[in-house]
Amino acid sequence: MTPLAPAGTPIDIARIRGDFPILRRQVRGKPLVYLDNAATTQKPQVVLDALLHYYTDINANVHRGVHELSGLATDAYEGAREKIHAFFNAASVQEVVFTRNATESINLVAFAFVRPILAPGDEVLISAMEHHSNIVPWQIICEERGARLRVAPIDDQGALMLEELEALIGPRTRIVSIAHMSNALGTVNPVEQIVAMAHARGVPVLIDGSQAAYHLPVDVQAIDCDFYAATGHKLYGPTGIGVLLGKTERLEAMPPFMGGGDMIRSVTFERSTWNDLPYKFEAGTPNIAGAVGLGAALDYIEQVGREAIAAHEHDLLEYGTGLLEAIPGVRLIGTAPGKSSILSFVMEGIHPHDIGTIVDREGVAVRTGHHCAQPVMDRFCIPATARASLAMYNTREDLDALGRALVKVREVFS
Amino acid sequence: MSDLSDLYQEVILDHNKRPRNFHVLDSASHQAEGFNPLCGDRLHLYLRVEDDVVTDIGFQGSGCAISKASASIMTDSVKGRPVAEVQDLFRRFHTMVTTPPEQSVEDMGKLSALAGVREFPVRVKCASLAWHTLKAALERDPIASTE
Repeated sequence: MTPLAPAGTPIDIARIRGDFPILRRQVRGKPLVYLDNAATTQKPQVVLDALLHYYTDINANVHRGVHELSGLATDAYEGAREKIHAFFNAASVQEVVFTRNATESINLVAFAFVRPILAPGDEVLISAMEHHSNIVPWQIICEERGARLRVAPIDDQGALMLEELEALIGPRTRIVSIAHMSNALGTVNPVEQIVAMAHARGVPVLIDGSQAAYHLPVDVQAIDCDFYAATGHKLYGPTGIGVLLGKTERLEAMPPFMGGGDMIRSVTFERSTWNDLPYKFEAGTPNIAGAVGLGAALDYIEQVGREAIAAHEHDLLEYGTGLLEAIPGVRLIGTAPGKSSILSFVMEGIHPHDIGTIVDREGVAVRTGHHCAQPVMDRFCIPATARASLAMYNTREDLDALGRALVKVREVFS
Repeated sequence: MSDLSDLYQEVILDHNKRPRNFHVLDSASHQAEGFNPLCGDRLHLYLRVEDDVVTDIGFQGSGCAISKASASIMTDSVKGRPVAEVQDLFRRFHTMVTTPPEQSVEDMGKLSALAGVREFPVRVKCASLAWHTLKAALERDPIASTE
């Protein structure tokens, strides 16, 4: 594996942009300015090559068959698992479970870990900044079991209120499930501290790493969380592949989430026994090419350097914050200290949906709406925001283009 | 390539800035809530229907310029009209905003200001929200909804 770039080494932005073929295309006759990375990131050529290579030269099913290709496909799939294990510093490779996305990873924990132990009056604790994917699975099992969903509040800057969170961890709390980084606000939560608080009371913790994993170096052993959910398509990898990282003792104690092939040791009509970790949680033919593509994406991230990416994105965040604050009528939503890579904003008298349509005409892609975080919008008493979100290939010029497009928005509504 | 000014016409910007009939109607006989889950637009529509005529109408809510202007222009257009005419207007409006841009559409007077959304397919639902809410309000059993 290529070592991390030493901290302070700037990334070669021209080379990186050259690695992402989609950045060469035009949108509405203008160069694409892609600032919707929190929704999904673009894919470098090495990921596209890995997918093509897999289907061109290797394609076969995994973990079965004695023929050459099946062995190669298994090696490629398990090789990707090794890369994920290293990327997140999981304690062992059997702690890496492939899923479709972070949503499935959270549902796996909700249905296979929490649901069987959830009794009437028990509690599940989340925060007010969660994505719908870290709200709805808990609501479903809480409603079914007569349990209660508790919500730790956030302050006016969009920071999690830690004392309130700690006070909500009680004897009936069965799990704490918190975003590592908010998709709507950019807030980065002190996950190590939160895990320590919950563990002090014997409560397990799931961290939703959908947003954090492609911006910040993540070490799940240092965080000490029981589970960590991430999705491949935000890590510059393909859609349809995600991971759940879980501590071995937790995963061992859990029943399977789905039944089918590959997750069993033996099957008779009377009884089946389950396969070892992580295969117990991987029923059916998995997204083999997706896993291979994700492995290539993680190699690429490591090659650029995670510290260097974080430093570059931090520079852009500061630049973009200053640029947006200088535009009359623009108000940033989410100004917590230590935030990352997300510029969520509203413009006085102009609905975010109109902002999105007008900047799109300038080739600038931003997300507008509630970002699957309606409770966050309610917290700030706004229906929606416009959101520019950053990735390693963005530049100050991209943010300048956004700024010019926002001036055009003001002109239309002047 | 369609121009932004096809979408954001003067009349739309004006109705967005100064929406007509933008108030609660205490004497409403029909009402409905319209919701656009994708963009979070919410609209509450109030109608007073007497002898099968829409005698008064008002709306409240939050939404983009297109949805707000469309609601405003709609309330102006249906006030004082028989319900049957309003339903016909709904059908004609729906046809206007969903006809492909290269085909010509009927001139619907001030409602034609919304014809520009045809060039912006993702915005058609913004323009249609108020009309779907109106249809929902009218289709409620009038007896059950009469206070």
